[in-house]
Amino acid sequence: MFDIVGKRFWFFLISVVFILIGVISLLVFGLKPSIEFTSGSMLTVDFEQKVAQSQLTAELANLGYSNVIIQRTGAGDYLIRTREVNADEKKQLEDALSAKFGKLTETQFDSVSPMIAAETAKNAGIAIAIASIGILLYLTWAFRRMPHPVRYGTCAVIALIHDAFIALGIFAILGGILNRQVNLMFITGILTIIGYSVNNIVVIFDRIRENLRLGVSPEFEIVVNNSLVETLGRSLNTIITTLIAVFALMAFVGATIQNFVVVLIIGLIAGTFDSICIAPMLLIVWDKGEWHRFVNWLPFAASRAKG
Amino acid sequence: MRRNTIVLFAIIAIFIFALVSLFQPLFGREEMRLGLDLRGGVHMVYRADLTGIEKGKETEAIDGALAVIERRINILGVTEPVIQKQGTDRILVELPGISEAERAKRLIGQTALLEFRERITDQKGDEKWIPATGTVNGQKKELTSAYFKENTYVTTDNFGGVLLIFEWNQEGSQLSGQITERLIGKPLGIYLSGEPLLGDDEKPIAPIVRSKITDRGQIEGLSLDEATELSRLLNAGRIPVPLNPIYEQTVSPILGADFIDMSIKAGVIGIILVMLFMIFYYRLPGVLASLALIFYGVLVLAIFKLIPVTLTLAGLGGFILSLGMAVDANVLIFERLKEELWAGRTLGAAIEAGFNRAWTAIWDSNFTTFIACGILYWLGSSVAASAPVMGFAVTLFIGVAVSMFTAIVVTRTLMRLFIGTPLAENRSLFTAYLRKE
Repeated sequence: MFDIVGKRFWFFLISVVFILIGVISLLVFGLKPSIEFTSGSMLTVDFEQKVAQSQLTAELANLGYSNVIIQRTGAGDYLIRTREVNADEKKQLEDALSAKFGKLTETQFDSVSPMIAAETAKNAGIAIAIASIGILLYLTWAFRRMPHPVRYGTCAVIALIHDAFIALGIFAILGGILNRQVNLMFITGILTIIGYSVNNIVVIFDRIRENLRLGVSPEFEIVVNNSLVETLGRSLNTIITTLIAVFALMAFVGATIQNFVVVLIIGLIAGTFDSICIAPMLLIVWDKGEWHRFVNWLPFAASRAKG
Repeated sequence: MRRNTIVLFAIIAIFIFALVSLFQPLFGREEMRLGLDLRGGVHMVYRADLTGIEKGKETEAIDGALAVIERRINILGVTEPVIQKQGTDRILVELPGISEAERAKRLIGQTALLEFRERITDQKGDEKWIPATGTVNGQKKELTSAYFKENTYVTTDNFGGVLLIFEWNQEGSQLSGQITERLIGKPLGIYLSGEPLLGDDEKPIAPIVRSKITDRGQIEGLSLDEATELSRLLNAGRIPVPLNPIYEQTVSPILGADFIDMSIKAGVIGIILVMLFMIFYYRLPGVLASLALIFYGVLVLAIFKLIPVTLTLAGLGGFILSLGMAVDANVLIFERLKEELWAGRTLGAAIEAGFNRAWTAIWDSNFTTFIACGILYWLGSSVAASAPVMGFAVTLFIGVAVSMFTAIVVTRTLMRLFIGTPLAENRSLFTAYLRKE
């Protein structure tokens, strides 16, 4: 039979590499929060004539909007993000732009005051915290007949945080390169992948629970390995069908939920890795009390990588 | 076997009912309720400035503001507007499908208070317009439209000029009497929201007072449209507290139509690809799961329409995502089924064992998704930029709940019915790679 658990330190190493990439990109690029979290206005306009991004930037600076972010979202469509503007300022801005570049249509306008922004940021944080605690409690309850039920919940939550962190790290890179912003749909995406990954983890834990009860082997490690191999087909097929749906979504919808779709794709892939390679392995490491062995193993990994 | 046939008929009946309800008006539901981002519209949140309001009268002031906004929106003739109190000092206004967003916002934001001012010359010799005042019951008061009766109307004079006719209430009549008597032969300026009221000719309206006015008056020089709107605003009453916009989202209807088109394409292509994958990988059970998936899609959309769930772009995204996740329960069951077949069970026993043993995993895993949905719903309801998040939570919840039903009841019944047929003899229809023990 496939030996998956034997490679657990390699999986941890992969995870450490991803975490490092995440930390570095967060430090270098930071996250670019959208106006929902920082306040400001966002205007999407559609020019009838061709307008270059540099021209638009220059004209906006000319009008006194220096600190703007401009993103091209379609043929003649531009998303302009500025400080909070009121109705009169917006009209002046649109009039000035149409005088310069010809007829334009406003397709979308969002404006968020600082008070709402602070509230949204706070509540998004609370939502993620409650989701983690809720899952920890539910899993501890669901596995209450197992020895150490709290371990199952804890390992699942660690894997979930890991999953969310990878999504954040990759998003920081996207933010740095493509100006992708963290908006409320991003948070929705994170919560969705938390729900989805925990789903995967539970399926595997459920199999571990069943195999322990059947007494497949006295060795916990072997029980986990069997469970992983038995559920592998399901884990892969589920991610395939879900990714099919997400890619269909990605291919057809506009910028509004593109963020959401990108988070889903990153999170779904990372979540599948976490549910197979991280959460069950943490259970084993905890069971064997071998936390320190990973550190001792690293030089060995280095020599293997060289040789 | 009999029981399965009954269940099958029930399933077919539900399917037909759901299908019909999608295309026919049912229970008074003509069509899907679409959110602002899909049909276009304005979503505004205002915060009432309660500093000037007496303690204990805050709720009354907000309720008054709600009523006035509602009357003003009625002027526009928008269908299904949402005007709601949020928390203690906020008002949410949602106007779907409106292409005149700016006009709507202007109407809501209007203080709708006409002030009457007189011209004075200060010490430096500059001309200034200051509020015209009079004395009632020993108190000095400014003359404004707050003293109008709510029965203003628009008419035309013999020469086709537009007249806005108003009537003073008792207090207003006293004030007006004092002021107009004092100002005979002088102009009386009319101001709206602190700006001079402009006539059709773009010049401020400041009629010369010809005689003392105590009962009714008229404003001349406005265009017909402007006079009509102003008259309606005045009759709708005044918003008792200042409102400041704190959140705004405007989407054009054209953009919304594009989104619907794209979402339908994404949904159809997604469902076809998922079905192909399931059939390719799981053979006959895959075909049955695909039938269950079609049933799932139709039933979920019918539920969206009948409840009704307000569909947003994120909600549609959640639905399409759920198409991929809906087969998960089937995948779990079929993988089990395969294992049971490998273990040497008969097909019938393997199907039952497959369903029964997959159940705990299906329930536990979906329950955690329900937790996530509940939290998303709370997040959505607690922030102003709420619509997408809430829409997503509701559609995902319905999707997961229905998927459990279709995977377990529908697929299982179809599988049981197949056991008795000659097709069931051919094991290769059930698993692609049977191990020979």
